[in-house]
Amino acid sequence: MSGKDRIEIFPSRMAQTIMKARLKGAQTGRNLLKKKSDALTLRFRQILKKIIETKMLMGKVMREAAFSLAEAKFTAGDFSTTVIQNVNKAQVKIRAKKDNVAGVTLPVFEHYHEGTDSYELTGLARGGEQLAKLKRNYAKAVELLVELASLQTSFVTLDEAIKITNRRVNAIEHVIIPRIERTLAYIITELDEREREEFYRLKKIQEKKKILKEKSEKDLEHRRAAGELLEPANLLAEEKDEDLLFE
Amino acid sequence: MAGRGKLIAVIGDEDTVTGFLLGGIGELNKNRHPNFLVVEKDTTINEIEDTFRSLGSLLGSVVEAKPNEHDPPLDETDSRQFLHRDDIGIILINQYIAEMVRHALDAHQHSIPAVLEIPSKEHPYDAAKDSILRRARGMFTAEDLR
Repeated sequence: MSGKDRIEIFPSRMAQTIMKARLKGAQTGRNLLKKKSDALTLRFRQILKKIIETKMLMGKVMREAAFSLAEAKFTAGDFSTTVIQNVNKAQVKIRAKKDNVAGVTLPVFEHYHEGTDSYELTGLARGGEQLAKLKRNYAKAVELLVELASLQTSFVTLDEAIKITNRRVNAIEHVIIPRIERTLAYIITELDEREREEFYRLKKIQEKKKILKEKSEKDLEHRRAAGELLEPANLLAEEKDEDLLFE
Repeated sequence: MAGRGKLIAVIGDEDTVTGFLLGGIGELNKNRHPNFLVVEKDTTINEIEDTFRSLGSLLGSVVEAKPNEHDPPLDETDSRQFLHRDDIGIILINQYIAEMVRHALDAHQHSIPAVLEIPSKEHPYDAAKDSILRRARGMFTAEDLR
């Protein structure tokens, strides 16, 4: 990519005005984008911190849930196969909502309950209380995980958005604005040079005219001195006009 | 987008899956395909990858060791397949399983479905291996493992 190019445009006063306006536009655009990038980065950091906290919390919650699972297994026997076979409808589902940060839409998950517990009868024989506790623990874990998933998706989306915005800011700052400035400089130099040329041309023409005039005057002198020249009739000095018939 | 419920899928060992099913997230869709996969000792990596990509496969217990034609993951098609199963919003995967299919996970760049790594009983949560935190590693090294 050559770094020394400018926009090809015919240098004129109007082109200069246009270029100035473009330069202003590019600078404003760059500032706005920079602000957007800053806002996004701020939000990004906040989310990252939250993610780290939540993940640590999640580790703990999952451990607790696993303990209660072991307890329940101990009391109620192995119910895994029954549970896996009895799947039909999910009670806990999630919805994706859109959240807007500085013009970037982030997906946010929200969980909701639907229908009844299909495992109400599991553990009826033994270990019902442990199973109930287990279900509660896992339900809590699911809520936490849904929140974590929202944070994570926002994180990824923001990351992309920040990269794009920064790329645009850099492009404007290092490519577009220098190009416009170079074009402007070119136009100004061209206009100046044209003025100089014009000026020079005028001067030259004046000189030439002067020389021509001097030459023709000299010529006139010579011919007058040699007596070849007839003075044209002087209208004002004439007393008798031949053309007048009746006087 | 709001109002159309999405499911939570699970890929994990027996205990993890049982627990989450009791939490109420399990469902069979109209083709009798479940939204979870139980990974056992003899589940092949291909199987896990395929489920991860299409989320409509068999339960882990009925696995024949496939003749190992390891097809290189086609990044574009896999993310498209993922999005085809568009009733899944979140995928929970045990961290040790995520390690096994790390390349498939890293190829997934879309924000939905969200992939969450959870610890299992034997393998407690290790923040250093999480693919999401690794992305942020470059920026915030001091704050990472607090």
